[in-house]
Amino acid sequence: MGNEQDALNLVNEQVEYKWVGTRPIRPDGADKVTGRATFGADIDLPGMLTGVVIRSPHAHARIISIDTSAAAALPGVLGIVTGADLPELPNEIAAGGEAPINFRSVSENAIARRKALYDGHAVAAVAATSVEIAHEAAALIKVNYEVLPHVINVLDAMAEDAPVLHDDLITKGLEPAPTKASNIAGKVEFAMGDIEKGFAESDVIIERSYTTEAVHQGYIEPHAVVASVAADGMVNIWCSSQGQFMVREFCAKLLGMDIGRIRVTPAEIGGGFGGKTTVYLEPLAVVLAQKSGRPVRMVMTRGEVMRATGPTSGTHVHVKLGAKRDGTFVAGEMVLKYQAGAYPGSPAFLGGMTGFSCYELPNAKAVCWDVVSNRPKCAAYRAPGAPMASFGVESAIDELAQTLGMDPLELRLKNAAKEGTATIYGPKFLKIGYLETLLAAKAHPHWSAPLGPNQGRGIASGFWFNVGGPSSASVHVNEDGSVSVVTGNPDIGGSRASMAIMAAEVLGMDLSKVKPLIGDTGQIAYSFLTGGSRVTFATGMAVCDAAKDVVRQLRTRAAKMWKVTPEDVEWRDGSAFCTKVEEGKERAPLTLAAIAHGAARTGGPISGNVSINAAGAGPGFGTHICDVEVDPETGATRVIRYTAIQDVGRAIHPSYVEGQLQGGAVQGIGWALNEEYVYDANGRLQNTGFLDYRMPVASDLPMIDTVLVEVPNPGHPYGVRGVGEVPIVPPLAAVANAVSHAVGLRLTSLPISPPKLLAAIDGAKAAG
Amino acid sequence: MNAVEYAKPQSIDDAIRCLTNAPVGARVLAGGTDLLVQLRAGVVRPPLIVDLKGIAELRRIESTADGFRIGAAVAGAELSEHAEFSSQWPGITEAFNLIGSTQIQGRATLGGNLCNGSPAADSVPALIAAGVRCIVVGPSGSREMAVEDVVTAPGKTVLTTGEFISQFLIPARAAHSGDAYLRFIPRTEMDIAVASAGVCLTLNAAGVCTAARVSLGAVAPRALLVAACADALIGSTLDDAAMAKLAAAASAACAPINDKRGTIEFRTKVAGVLARRAVTIAAQRARGN
Repeated sequence: MGNEQDALNLVNEQVEYKWVGTRPIRPDGADKVTGRATFGADIDLPGMLTGVVIRSPHAHARIISIDTSAAAALPGVLGIVTGADLPELPNEIAAGGEAPINFRSVSENAIARRKALYDGHAVAAVAATSVEIAHEAAALIKVNYEVLPHVINVLDAMAEDAPVLHDDLITKGLEPAPTKASNIAGKVEFAMGDIEKGFAESDVIIERSYTTEAVHQGYIEPHAVVASVAADGMVNIWCSSQGQFMVREFCAKLLGMDIGRIRVTPAEIGGGFGGKTTVYLEPLAVVLAQKSGRPVRMVMTRGEVMRATGPTSGTHVHVKLGAKRDGTFVAGEMVLKYQAGAYPGSPAFLGGMTGFSCYELPNAKAVCWDVVSNRPKCAAYRAPGAPMASFGVESAIDELAQTLGMDPLELRLKNAAKEGTATIYGPKFLKIGYLETLLAAKAHPHWSAPLGPNQGRGIASGFWFNVGGPSSASVHVNEDGSVSVVTGNPDIGGSRASMAIMAAEVLGMDLSKVKPLIGDTGQIAYSFLTGGSRVTFATGMAVCDAAKDVVRQLRTRAAKMWKVTPEDVEWRDGSAFCTKVEEGKERAPLTLAAIAHGAARTGGPISGNVSINAAGAGPGFGTHICDVEVDPETGATRVIRYTAIQDVGRAIHPSYVEGQLQGGAVQGIGWALNEEYVYDANGRLQNTGFLDYRMPVASDLPMIDTVLVEVPNPGHPYGVRGVGEVPIVPPLAAVANAVSHAVGLRLTSLPISPPKLLAAIDGAKAAG
Repeated sequence: MNAVEYAKPQSIDDAIRCLTNAPVGARVLAGGTDLLVQLRAGVVRPPLIVDLKGIAELRRIESTADGFRIGAAVAGAELSEHAEFSSQWPGITEAFNLIGSTQIQGRATLGGNLCNGSPAADSVPALIAAGVRCIVVGPSGSREMAVEDVVTAPGKTVLTTGEFISQFLIPARAAHSGDAYLRFIPRTEMDIAVASAGVCLTLNAAGVCTAARVSLGAVAPRALLVAACADALIGSTLDDAAMAKLAAAASAACAPINDKRGTIEFRTKVAGVLARRAVTIAAQRARGN
């Protein structure tokens, strides 16, 4: 099962597939376009209460007391939860989620204990028989705060005299360890070669600082959960998340329960982008359900989503890049300072691991700082940490090309990582397709198209590891020969379509007879969450293995029906063919339906159940080309042409792969041009809705063109590489480089919003 | 529990009665595209909402000898579908149609956009530039006033208890005149003006500007009618010098704030740029009329 030989046999660039690479209608499409799909907020149970969260209006405050008596006395109020209702957890790093996790932080982020650490931090929640009563009760809960000085920005938070959020936070990774608490949670370094020597040998050195702002994942569906507790104490949770097993594990940890006492059913999910890889409302809803004895539904408003979930870090990135006069990279250094939000855990280290990984760079160093401040605790966002580091590095490369008088694409081609290139984090690359994306960019008509006045073109590349990990799949043959494919991963990017396609391909059967389903935590074995661009790769591999097992069983059943050995049966095009020639015995092929129909007489139902820990995820690389036009009198930037090129290994369903590239590019464009968190002097978030948190709307964008480069991943039966995260890495620098060329100024601070760009243009004019 | 009462009177007199006898904090609802959002956000909690859409006179567009009489509860989509009006006053039509989305356009009204009192209301500078007046009805009878006199500060108007706007009186467009409205937003739609400019001007046969009104939005506590901008244009052929003077006058009139939507510097400069560009469009239209 799933051995490497099997995988290698299937990966062949010449193979013609029946279903892989086609574009059928997605299995969940009809329900979604007709409004029938059931999202977290759509779950409705008899007797259900509404839960509402009370949130801190202060950026930093000690909670002196919480008086819930008036709220509790209000008729219709059946449950109240405060931090005192959740167990205190040890301050330790545990395995879980996408990266090591301190569950104490997750718990305190879900509901504050001694201190509220950001505007919007949950301090209590109430459940009542109507939404109106719940809100009335929320207003009756009296929280007595002692307001403390706050700090919002990363450099301010690192200052010696900054207000300290956690009096027990001692910087990790410093020798000797500091004795005083600070906001600097940790320092991590990656290095290879000798950068001192490298810079000494460099003919040209580009050195600059870059900044980016915190940005939200911007999923359309706010967090929503329904929790219910059975008479025997068993907990049922329905919610939209990126992993039902993650929700089960996190709730068990936060509530001090056994995993076996919790069942989580995944709802449809209206976008996650990494932001739904943790819990916020779920543990509160469970406690309210336990206290009230009634099911409880909690749904965030957009304002709550903006104030208290996500985002990813705002950053300060310093890059130094040294090269020979012919453009050969010699040395690179990055110092990354990332906002973690109120609790440690920014993806600074991932920025350090990815920033230089597109290139052959013999001497490199990355110093990564994780810094807390009075902002919501950051959550994963599509290639967490990589876009900000890449913005710095890819901007520096663009400037290096200008300095050397070289074409920026040729400069990248000259230094591109390839099979055997060493990475700053250790391993050498196996078969990768970065070079191919650059060659595709060079050949694309976009790269050589003429530009008009006030227009500029930028190019940038990006890298993401992609991961594998534990996944499970069950492939059931139904009595009529149709097939159910059950997996344990919420579908955030069209993965059900890919699972069905891969199963149909292995089984050689009609795709329309394959039904992909997502099981709850009681229906399918453990699967790691939907994240790290892993599902089509890892869960897809489990599906392929389970389907192959079904094929093996079908051959055995056919052999029984024909009274031959399984070796005498060949499986192709969805039917069994007998290869044993015997005088006087005509054995017509047996279809899957015929075998399924007779399954009771040949050994019972036919199903394949596979659980694997998938290794061999192929790294992904992308190169984006962006054209902009700048209005020099208003500083408005319009993206007028955009092409996203990526090595996708093999596109199982090309439309959804293209959609991933387009979506990532658009989120990156928003990050580059307009999205940012705006705080007032009191540390209160000012733009808590989509009106003033400006993600791009459709009319802001040109069609995002895509080019799928297919360099199959040898580690997957069909050559799949993860595709979802790479496309958000290049756009920040692609846009900034394009704007820099359009206005003749180097823009180093995102977002390049109209006021900022106009000030830069006018400032340069004034300076002559 | 604080319930919200809802009334939908069928005549102007009924509506006045309803509002005059209403508890403190009662609100008028026309399209509801601002009020309902404020209600849902918990910003307002009126004891009574009086919906004006049931009053026929407030839903009519009439062509009169003096121009147009437009009901305060006419929706944006209805106005833009009115071929005669939109061809005479493209600036007002475009301004009104910039508000929100297609769905919002089906509800949003001129009366609501004005009385919501936002300095960034898109239709207001266009109405001011066009010299539009409105009829205010109330318990002590009706009065007529210029649009620029209605709003006093963000969210505040001169209307007193029981009063509301019933109709807008839009003059017939003078010969060789044209209007235009431009706003700046960081996106291309679904946004609120960071700065805006409405212009209406008249040219004579020699191309000399004989009359002009310039109004700026989102750069002061309320939409401004800037006489110095008009002075910069009148008597000129809208040459570069006049345009530079106009832009400078527009910028000089600005008294904006720094907020999440823009900075003082940005708004001040861009108001001048928009005024100049709106004049260029209005002049093109004037030449064609």
